[in-house]
Amino acid sequence: MSHHDHHQSFWTRYIFSQDHKVIAIQYTVTALFIGLVGLVLSWLMRLQLGFPGEFRFLNPGSYYQILTQHGMIMIVYLLTAILLGGFGNYLIPLMIGARDMAFPFLNMLSYWVYLLSVIVLVAAFFVPGGPTGAGWTLYPPLSALPNAAPGSGWGIKLMLVSLVIFIASATMGGLNYVTTVLQCRTKGMTLMRMPLSVWGIFIGAAMALLAFPALFVGGVMLLLDNLLGTSFFIPAVTLFGQQLPREGGNPLLFQHLFWYFGHPEVYVVILPAMGIASELIATHSRKPIFGYKAMVIAMAAIAVIGFLVWAHHMFVSGMNPYFGFFFAVSTLIIAIPSAVKVYNWLLTLWRGKIQFNTPMLFGIGWISTFIIGGLTGLPLGNVIADVPLHDTYFVVGHFHLVMGVAALMAIFGGIYHWFPKVTGRMFNETLGKLHFWVTFVGAYMIFFPMFLLGILGVPRRYFDFEALQYLPTQTAGLNIVITIAALIVGAAQVVFLVNLIWSAVRGRRAESNPWHATTLEWQTPTTPPPHGNWGAETPTVYRWAYDYSVPGAERDFIPQNVPATPTVPAGTARTV
Amino acid sequence: MAQQTRSLEDRAQTWPRWLRDLVADWSSDQQTFKVNWGKAMMWIFIVSDMFVFGSFLSAYAAARLSATLPWPDPAKVFALHIGESEVPLLLIAIMTFVLISSSGTMAIAVKYGYERHRAKAALFLTLTALLGLTFVGMQAFEWTKLIREGFRPWANPMGAPQFGSSFFMITGFHGLHVTAGVIYLATIASQVLRGAYEKIGYQRVEIAGLYWHFVDLVWVFIFAFFYLF
Ligand code: HEM
Ligand SMILES: [Cu+2]
Repeated sequence: MSHHDHHQSFWTRYIFSQDHKVIAIQYTVTALFIGLVGLVLSWLMRLQLGFPGEFRFLNPGSYYQILTQHGMIMIVYLLTAILLGGFGNYLIPLMIGARDMAFPFLNMLSYWVYLLSVIVLVAAFFVPGGPTGAGWTLYPPLSALPNAAPGSGWGIKLMLVSLVIFIASATMGGLNYVTTVLQCRTKGMTLMRMPLSVWGIFIGAAMALLAFPALFVGGVMLLLDNLLGTSFFIPAVTLFGQQLPREGGNPLLFQHLFWYFGHPEVYVVILPAMGIASELIATHSRKPIFGYKAMVIAMAAIAVIGFLVWAHHMFVSGMNPYFGFFFAVSTLIIAIPSAVKVYNWLLTLWRGKIQFNTPMLFGIGWISTFIIGGLTGLPLGNVIADVPLHDTYFVVGHFHLVMGVAALMAIFGGIYHWFPKVTGRMFNETLGKLHFWVTFVGAYMIFFPMFLLGILGVPRRYFDFEALQYLPTQTAGLNIVITIAALIVGAAQVVFLVNLIWSAVRGRRAESNPWHATTLEWQTPTTPPPHGNWGAETPTVYRWAYDYSVPGAERDFIPQNVPATPTVPAGTARTV
Repeated sequence: MAQQTRSLEDRAQTWPRWLRDLVADWSSDQQTFKVNWGKAMMWIFIVSDMFVFGSFLSAYAAARLSATLPWPDPAKVFALHIGESEVPLLLIAIMTFVLISSSGTMAIAVKYGYERHRAKAALFLTLTALLGLTFVGMQAFEWTKLIREGFRPWANPMGAPQFGSSFFMITGFHGLHVTAGVIYLATIASQVLRGAYEKIGYQRVEIAGLYWHFVDLVWVFIFAFFYLF
């Protein structure tokens, strides 16, 4: 592949490139861009909630549209795309010692189709009626009936079309990632020697291939309900005293299809994030990851059980209560492998030589937010506690910490960690730390009070709370605090972007392995790695990915492609 | 550490053959499955697509269970009038027969491919594609007939509207798969004729075959759930 390098034009090299690294950057930049849009939308919502009525351009209808677009953008178009398309593309071939993905052309296609889905998504803002306001879960009949929710004309249709396009892209990408990990590893790279990042992305991608089909089917059926007037999801409905002509549909069916996708989807996002976090934590505490096998098994267990818990989102939906029991049990079981992973990260840190640099701070931030977010999932997993908490801000706090902030911690940490490899330059450490502290502390100021609000009974997805007399007045105060924190945290992301852009052009030149890491991507002959990655020969792997601080070794890390471990004669002092 | 692994290997000697092979496959370096990448990917795609059809069929089951109007009787809906008499399921029986036969011709094409009989492989690939086309044609005929009789995706004269919705959606989606398959097979056939696989080997014929058999297998399920029950 690499021998064609010189003949490539600008277009095939940087735009229609089949190089996994260029595609990774394209994915990352696009996802960050649409993520910024999602961020601005969240600001608008917070302005209304903190200062109700002050901002005249917001009304209940536009609030719902903003809410819906924000949720969908963040979960699907930002997190899923950046973790699989961005990190997956960059890391898989480099970490397993391959020259590229198994199918570079399909890989390129996957990006362009993703871009198309983003364009269709954004187009919804400019059509008559605007984007859909049916909630990011798109529950029918609200999302299926004309004039039921804002954007029920063009908006909902564009949303569904965009999702279908996204699924096509994710399928092309997923097939590539899974096949590449299974079939294209370099000599000596057994599955159990792969870095945990690759494991996380691999299992996440495999889950995506099995979860997105349900969203696809639900989306197609909902589209038909909208376009052709079928009644898959529309029961007998009386609207303004008039019985609609459609009947016999099953709205719960959509919820099942949606959450059969939706719950595995949270793991599609979180497993790659777990992998990345493991890399950050092991590398920057100079210790082998604790319980590598347990980590892999826990991820596999999460993947399997993750497909059996979906209806914990539906405890109050009116489904058969016996289902509630089953899904509560499976939900509590899935907490076990999650806890195993948390203990392993903590034990990796234990007595490590922790380097408090920016990537590591984000790694620690990851552990913290994942714990708090995960623990609050437990009450929600119990039917009896979920009934009052469902539809309150408690749920908002839970999933933002565990999925939103935690995943972003891993993503930010990962971007800083691999920045020197991607660009060949170092980022600015001071700005990085500033970014971390504002984001980390700010995120808690935003989402922790939400648990309190939820317990006090503040409902989610409300434009304002004026009519709810039972709410104590302090809730309004808390909402102001949250809004201010949200504005500050949002602004801190500008620091991040400036740091990235400035450092990519002007930053100090980076060594090829600035963190003294063991995994293969740091051992490339040149930095940034060229098309084809490895020069004349692909590396051979002799050891697992976490030989940090090996007793007797000359340095405190041994890269995966270094042969035989030096033997220590008994009783010799250990040199580190 | 080294000792532990060895003792595990020793113990493994007593395991049944399949288990040892399984462990060997999954613990090997470079490739987990000793097949080419394209084939591995096609298998993974098939598993994913199986989930798509699985979701469609479960959704169909759920829609059928919760429909409030009576579900139309397939024996009546899909009957063909020949002269005076009404023959239930005649057309669909022929369609199914055609599609299953095409799996046979496909398998023959794969065999000739590996034996490097280019002309014969291309011939049987073309035959497979033609059978597929016949199937799509008959499906179009069936759709037209139903539409003439008043069946629509949103309503039908014989009962629950969800019947037509699911029928058109699922057979339509499967028909798209068959159509895509016909194009796919035609491409492969022309590649075979051009001799494009003489150097790289004939795996691609087999990979196309995997897809084709899968599409046929799915039809068996659709056939059973729509026409028999
Ligand atoms: C110990 C682990 C976890 C448990 C027991 C748990 C439990 C739950 C439950 C029961 C709900 C539904 C609450 C309701 O709607 O009333 C929920 C919502 C949610 N969870 Fe978790 N969860 C866990 C971990 C996670 C993780 C790791 C993620 C993401 C990476 C996540 C993301 C979400 C999201 C996005 C929602 C809300 C979706 C919505 O209604 O809009 N959860 N969780
Ligand atoms: Cu869930």
